[in-house]
Amino acid sequence: MAEIRVEHLRKAFGDFVAVQDSSFVVGDGEFFVMLGPSGCGKTTTLRMIAGLELPTGGKILLGGEDVTMRRARERDIAFVFQLFALYPHMNVRKNIGFPLLAQGMPGIEIRQRVEETAKLLRIDHLLNKSVSGLSGGDRQRVALGRAIVRRPKCFLMDEPLGTLDTEFRDLMVHELRELHNRIHATTVYVTHDQMEAMSMADKIAVMNHGVIEQFGTPREIYDRPATMFVADFIGSPPMNFLGFGGGLSKGASEIVVQGAKVAVPEVREDIAPADMALGIRPEHIRFDDGSKLRGAIYGTEYLGTTQIVAVETSGGIIKARVPAEIRLNPGDQVGLALSSTRLSLFEKGSGRAVRTAIHDTVIHHGASQGRAHRG
Amino acid sequence: MSLTSAHSVVAPSVVSKRVAGTIIVLYALISIVPLLWIFATSFKTPPDSIAYPPKILFQPSLEGYCNLFSTRTRQTPEYINSLGPATGVCDETVRKRNMVIAGPSNFMPRFVNSLIIAFGSTFCAVFLGTLSAYGFSRFKVPLADDLLFFILSTRMMPPIAVAIPIYLMYRELGLSDTALGMILLYTAVNVSLAVWLLKGFIDEIPREYEEAAMIDGYTRLQAFWRTVLPQATTGIAATAIFCLIFAWNEYAFAALLTSGTAQTAPPFIPTIIGEGGQDWPAVAAGTTIFLVPILVFTILLRKQLLRGITFGAVRK
Repeated sequence: MAEIRVEHLRKAFGDFVAVQDSSFVVGDGEFFVMLGPSGCGKTTTLRMIAGLELPTGGKILLGGEDVTMRRARERDIAFVFQLFALYPHMNVRKNIGFPLLAQGMPGIEIRQRVEETAKLLRIDHLLNKSVSGLSGGDRQRVALGRAIVRRPKCFLMDEPLGTLDTEFRDLMVHELRELHNRIHATTVYVTHDQMEAMSMADKIAVMNHGVIEQFGTPREIYDRPATMFVADFIGSPPMNFLGFGGGLSKGASEIVVQGAKVAVPEVREDIAPADMALGIRPEHIRFDDGSKLRGAIYGTEYLGTTQIVAVETSGGIIKARVPAEIRLNPGDQVGLALSSTRLSLFEKGSGRAVRTAIHDTVIHHGASQGRAHRG
Repeated sequence: MSLTSAHSVVAPSVVSKRVAGTIIVLYALISIVPLLWIFATSFKTPPDSIAYPPKILFQPSLEGYCNLFSTRTRQTPEYINSLGPATGVCDETVRKRNMVIAGPSNFMPRFVNSLIIAFGSTFCAVFLGTLSAYGFSRFKVPLADDLLFFILSTRMMPPIAVAIPIYLMYRELGLSDTALGMILLYTAVNVSLAVWLLKGFIDEIPREYEEAAMIDGYTRLQAFWRTVLPQATTGIAATAIFCLIFAWNEYAFAALLTSGTAQTAPPFIPTIIGEGGQDWPAVAAGTTIFLVPILVFTILLRKQLLRGITFGAVRK
């Protein structure tokens, strides 16, 4: 296993820049997820780490070794494809043993290693089956088996759960994380699904238009989005934005939004007057008739334990996540109270987050245990 | 069909199935009648073969096949009677016509020429076609579209239009009447078809298969051999049949460029007429035998052939 270090990586296809100036480090044994909408450059980055694409600029180091221009087969990595790429003309055993065959390993040893791997993934009963008859989940397990059988330096996975149905996907998310906890393999995982990213990752990089918008733990990314894009991309429903004008000065802890004073985390930098946005997670909104920030109920979405309520304010629709018991009717006037310590402030022009007291808290890197399940 | 599934393909009605079935049967009958006629003629005696009105029922005879495989000389009845007893069916049949077998005919060597040239050129065309198609499918080839169009354009005029230049070139190069010359020629004609057909088939194979193999420690050529080829067998088989049928049936170039040692069966069979009368049963026998390899090959690979014909019509 090894650390992956990516430095100023860039990839252009003609005039189109797929990845620009990406730099990040995936620690040894970390589960790293690249998250972003399709076309954001996450798969291209992964393919460059794999050696399936050569970068236009920058460096890739695997375990301290510069592999930027090396062939894929010289990098000692394993790749799990979205469509699994299981060879249809081979059975499960041959598929899993295929990478070992390339190393010229003797047949008996291959057999032994394949069986060990199959046991680890609980697919030993499928070894002599044809891959075409397998379920999506089992195909995924075989693809994983082919990846781990060789004990490579790291695993690269390109949306490996993308084609599975929801039920299987939840199961495989759990299995993948469990597998990772057992073998501690450095893993780079690409997905557009925030649920997968949040529930599996030690670290996440959120990408957009070839740029890494934010790199951090799932908690940092959710609680302290670095840009409006991240705030909007993560969370379901996403963060609400309320526009306001004027500058901010260091030490300020109150802003005026739609004529109402709103307490915010203490601002840590001076911002020249510009269009700004207040970012509010739906779960940080309460209904409070005393609040000056008002709106009318537009619609509700009942989810069982909670409900999502759309409120029409003078600044647009705001979605709030409130307890399911509250009875609401469309058209009702409500006041909105915001959890002042959890709010984010953004510069609208650049989309960048303003530094505030929420950035003061100690950053717990690698914190993946005990996170509440959102959804 | 329920009304709710308005967009689903409606199953054909019984009437339309019957109509389609009738048309197919009629067409098959019309197509097969000449073949059956040839097959029947090959077992007729020469007088039966030119009888008028034509004989549907007749006494089958192997005379056509005997004549096809042998050359004969006419002898006096006295000489024939002086010979010992006939050594076989053919000997006996021929003696009835006051002839004796002088030796084997050229049919077998010509048939073998056909086999060598057709299979040889098919192998070359499919081999080159598979590699080029893989290259066009997987790599960024400069001017790929133009090159592919150029390859296709070689099929836009009938090959025979270039017969005279090729005849002259072959004469200069010493390729006239050689198996190598014919293999090269048929390969050149077939390779464009092979590239286009195979490119379609290879495009359908996701490149992830090779990428997976290359990451797992194989070179590109090994990955191609172990993951792409096994999945392209259907396409390769379909392409091979098309190439083989063309090379096997080709008449014009063969008649022009081969006359002796490298002559193939198609230009040879008509020459049977004239060697001692219009021997239609021998011609029919030659044609019947000539059909056998293609028939066997096509029956063996009929599934692939069907896939090749409907290629592009049905997408996954």
